[in-house]
Amino acid sequence: MLGVIAVLMAWFFLHRPFPARPTSRGDLRAAPDFSLTDLSGAKLSLSAYRGKVVLLDFWATWCGPCKTDIPHFMEMQSRYGDRGLQVIGISMDDEEKLVREFQQQFHMNYPVAMGNADLASLYGGILGLPITFVIDRQGRITARHIGETEASVFEAEIRKLL
Amino acid sequence: MEAELTMMRLHSCSTASVVLTLLTGMALNVPAWAADRTNLKTVTPEEVLRTLAMHSSSRRPLLFQVGSHMLYVQAHIPGSEYLGPAASPEGVQNLRNRVANLARSRPIVLYCGCCPWSHCPNVNPAYDALLQLGFTNVKVLYMANNFGADWVDKGYPVARGD
Repeated sequence: MLGVIAVLMAWFFLHRPFPARPTSRGDLRAAPDFSLTDLSGAKLSLSAYRGKVVLLDFWATWCGPCKTDIPHFMEMQSRYGDRGLQVIGISMDDEEKLVREFQQQFHMNYPVAMGNADLASLYGGILGLPITFVIDRQGRITARHIGETEASVFEAEIRKLL
Repeated sequence: MEAELTMMRLHSCSTASVVLTLLTGMALNVPAWAADRTNLKTVTPEEVLRTLAMHSSSRRPLLFQVGSHMLYVQAHIPGSEYLGPAASPEGVQNLRNRVANLARSRPIVLYCGCCPWSHCPNVNPAYDALLQLGFTNVKVLYMANNFGADWVDKGYPVARGD
């Protein structure tokens, strides 16, 4: 019986999911500036948000984990917006129509713009989704999260920076 | 004697509790791939690399990217063809059109790499479509995380653009 327990414990510790670990690269220390037009037609520049904490989320309507994140991001925008948080959604969809429909259906409360390969390249390549960057008030990338990440992880990082 | 039996019972209960807890933990921590369909034939990135290097172009498997165009233009496996997201009817039709005149025994490898394996909306519809058409040598490139982490970051060859 003890042997069985030992085997089970070993299996558990080998296969438990690792918590999302932010990664950063020296070449991404300063968040690259960009200028897009968001879905409302307004200009969207990262530099305009200097002084705020930015959650820059690369997502797509076909990405299940992305859609799981979005309600949490909306909630954080509501809760921390007046303390200086700004969430920005960059859609990597191929069709804008689908993104508009999604944005309207879910009443997304932060700006959403269509991404492109050039922007993706600035951020080291967006070669899978979701990828979310946390950017401090000085415009520096403090974390990059790839794949599913617990909302509590984002919230803890944001609260530290606010 | 009675005390010994009681201790044995208590020991058994606590042991059972530990085992039950561990089993529950295992269930909650089942790796994502455990949710895959068992009939999906997969191939690893390393196997694809070996295949591409070994066979002449006429015997090399056809490589179809059935995911996001945005992902394809940033980086794709050299020699792979973009057919569109197979989660969409248009993508599946593109795939059908592409293979219409192929021998049903032709080796084909499908891949996407949009997001974590268990969340990919594209590989299953593409795989099913080919099997329904009678193709007998179809495999899917298994990427646990995404194309960036499981191919590009490993230094495997990539091509960019359309």
